[in-house]
Amino acid sequence: MKTALVSSPHVPRLNRVDRIMFEVLLALIPGIAAMTWFFGWGLLVNITLAVTFAVLAEAAVMLARGRSPWIAIGDLSAVVTAVLFAISVPPTLPWWLTLIGMLFAIVLVKQLYGGMGYNPFNPAMAAYVFLLISYPVAMTTWLAPSMLAEHSFSFMESLRLILTGGLPTGLEWDAISSATPLDEMRGKLDLGLTIEQIRQGPVWGELGGRGWEWVAGGFLLGGLYLLWRRVIGWHIPISMLLGLLIGAGVFWIIDPQTHPFPAFHLFSGAAILGAFFIATDPVTACTTKQGQLIFGASIGVTVYVIRSWGGYPDAVAFAVLLMNIAAPTIDYYTQPRVFGHGEKPG
Amino acid sequence: MAIALKLTSKRRLWTFHGGIHVPDEKSLSNTQAIESPPLAQRLYVPLQQHIGAPARPLIELGARVLKGQMIAEPSGFISAPVHAPSSGRLIAIEEHPVPHPSGLAALCAVIATDGEDTWAELPPPLTDYPQLDAALIRERILWAGVVGMGGASFPTNVKLTPGTDRKIQTLVINGAECEPYISCDDRLMRERAGHVLEGVRIMHHLLGVRAVMIGIEDNKPEAIEAMRLALAETDMHDYTEILPIPTLYPSGGEKQLIRILTGKEVPTSGIPAQIGIVCQNVGTAAAVADAVLLGRPLISRVVTVSGRSIARPSNVEVPVGTPAEHLISHCGGYRETPRKLVCGGPMMGFELRSAEVPITKATNCLLALTPEESPSPEPALACIRCGRCAEVCPAKLLPQQMYWYARSKDLDRIQDYNLFDCIECGCCAQVCPSHIPLVQYYRYAKTEIWAREKDRRKSELARARHAAKQARLERQEQERQARLRKQKEALETPKAADPEGEDPKKALIEAARRRAAAKKAVTPPRQLTTDN
Ligand code: SF4
Ligand code: SF4
Repeated sequence: MKTALVSSPHVPRLNRVDRIMFEVLLALIPGIAAMTWFFGWGLLVNITLAVTFAVLAEAAVMLARGRSPWIAIGDLSAVVTAVLFAISVPPTLPWWLTLIGMLFAIVLVKQLYGGMGYNPFNPAMAAYVFLLISYPVAMTTWLAPSMLAEHSFSFMESLRLILTGGLPTGLEWDAISSATPLDEMRGKLDLGLTIEQIRQGPVWGELGGRGWEWVAGGFLLGGLYLLWRRVIGWHIPISMLLGLLIGAGVFWIIDPQTHPFPAFHLFSGAAILGAFFIATDPVTACTTKQGQLIFGASIGVTVYVIRSWGGYPDAVAFAVLLMNIAAPTIDYYTQPRVFGHGEKPG
Repeated sequence: MAIALKLTSKRRLWTFHGGIHVPDEKSLSNTQAIESPPLAQRLYVPLQQHIGAPARPLIELGARVLKGQMIAEPSGFISAPVHAPSSGRLIAIEEHPVPHPSGLAALCAVIATDGEDTWAELPPPLTDYPQLDAALIRERILWAGVVGMGGASFPTNVKLTPGTDRKIQTLVINGAECEPYISCDDRLMRERAGHVLEGVRIMHHLLGVRAVMIGIEDNKPEAIEAMRLALAETDMHDYTEILPIPTLYPSGGEKQLIRILTGKEVPTSGIPAQIGIVCQNVGTAAAVADAVLLGRPLISRVVTVSGRSIARPSNVEVPVGTPAEHLISHCGGYRETPRKLVCGGPMMGFELRSAEVPITKATNCLLALTPEESPSPEPALACIRCGRCAEVCPAKLLPQQMYWYARSKDLDRIQDYNLFDCIECGCCAQVCPSHIPLVQYYRYAKTEIWAREKDRRKSELARARHAAKQARLERQEQERQARLRKQKEALETPKAADPEGEDPKKALIEAARRRAAAKKAVTPPRQLTTDN
């Protein structure tokens, strides 16, 4: 009782940052499990490497700034960044690219801006885009999902591939890699094929690419869990998915032969992962409810535009970063009407 | 009663933005009937127990005082008198720790009680108040020193005098008691519903309002029932409604309760009277009934003593001025060393430095909290802009932005974000996952802004003073010049006149000539005189 007087409230707090981050990690498990099932052990190796690099980078920066590294590590935010990054990159990515990515994300994007809470850009997405631009081949070489693959990698083979770049004897990249469904769709559409013709290929499932749609489903499950636990609000994910659906829907209705049906967009690429896990990163998103609707819908529409006409087949990372820039401005213009300030925004 | 129930079931309630559910902890104390502990030997009666000017002491040191005797009179329009809570001797008027967030001491009248509890001669009951002049009733309420007992302690007679230009339509009675732990209003309504309603009736009469709404959170079914039964026995049910409201902190905030019951919003930095509403607490209603119907001043109140460190959490009715420690020992003392003592509820109350502080008219609760109930705050992390604070803010503010500007000491921007609409309810701090002591930042910013305003006023005053001084100096300088000129003339005139004294005309001409020469030569007057 002899300590300094503490301001109210005098009851235990309801939330904790580390618990929120922990729930996010928990919610990623179904998607990660599906991804590992279809694309092999490489993902788990990448997650382990990314988490290690991110935590070490965070600790190093905190020590260099003369602070205790434990608080920064303990909030688990670096771990979440690392896992999101590892999920977004191909499960065959050489280890040193993961290292570069994590250094970029933690040291440059996060800590140079002042650390947790101050970074205007989503670190995982910034690192992803940085690597995509600098190392486009390594960042876009995906394995075929297991049911279509000629070879299924053992754990040791995955480890060796990531650490040394060596393929198992007798295998060539051409034989094991495969275009992602978005690549496939874009490529074939550019060749002038119709959707009907394209979808006769072996890589297609009910909604998106075979395997891929299950991964998206896993992330959807996790996203719903986060909504249910109220770790995230519905505004950003729902408006982002609606933005994407409406964009896709309009063009699909106009010409269903050259524009894939909306559900394809939803279940391909990083749309669902992005909607629930990336665009919702509170630090870099809008904080007002109205702003969040604008923020999410803009990401959804931007994703559709880039996917359809842009230079990259998937666009979640670009769209998120783009809207990160706009977030403070949107927030400023969407302040809620304060109690007692009449009906007009004040 | 049937009528009241029908009205109630039809009545639409409104909601306010945000709010939080906190464990209400009321069951610790709400089954304890109001009891009266033995009188303390010393009462420390603060001279300022209200918002406004402190009262002026009336009694000489060492004099005997009787229970209910006025010992300090109000000074100013917004002020309230203080009465002796029991009989005894006034032994000192001195600085004593008082329950205040700053932890500072303030002037208290110290009374050594004699244990006889002898009443002073009281003014006559005004049981026929409906026939009396309203001014007379207000005067009685002022005399009795009634202040808002829900915490703000604004002098009640001022609130019941809304001025002629404002038509008050609705009287809202606050029985919400939304803070955790506190159960004193609950017990008051359960045990003295009729008396509370008497007070309501008086206020209804004074304000001439059309409707009275009594809002009670629905976690107090017994109080709601008791109030309904009591209401059925009065002639008030055609204008009075007992309205159970959903339990949600801070529904008992004045602005929030008004919103829930009427759907209206009190304008920013305004008062309810601007929208035709006056809001009073149930405890205040009881005190008004005491003053008008019994002629008794406000000298005691019901206090909840609770928290898991208290051996026997209770509701006690005690004289104002009773030391907190006296109550705590009456409630069995500590079962466990408390982590902290809190005056008021855990959401908005403040920590007490010592248990020596007296109970005042505004003290509704004393809490001794264990480390589990009130853990030491963990180190604050950076704001992750999650927006949870904004989601729960009943004032619809953006607490994260205000925090940002409070931290960077940008006092202008923080006012752009409507800092002064913050009611310091603590909802934001409660849900913040980064454990930022947000309310502390807002209090700090408010204090800084007030200090700056004061400085500004001071410097304006200083500037005005400086200007006045400048003007005075200038005037003095001009006067000095004028005096010098006159002196000079006085010196010159005799010298010019003396030699040829008989010729005033010549002398005049001479003087004029010299004046002109002096002007031209700009030589000091002394030289001029030696010339001659
Ligand atoms: S709740 Fe705390 S961390 Fe979240 S936005 Fe508000 S101040 Fe920041
Ligand atoms: S303390 Fe102020 S800012 Fe925080 S929730 Fe209450 S009114 Fe809003």
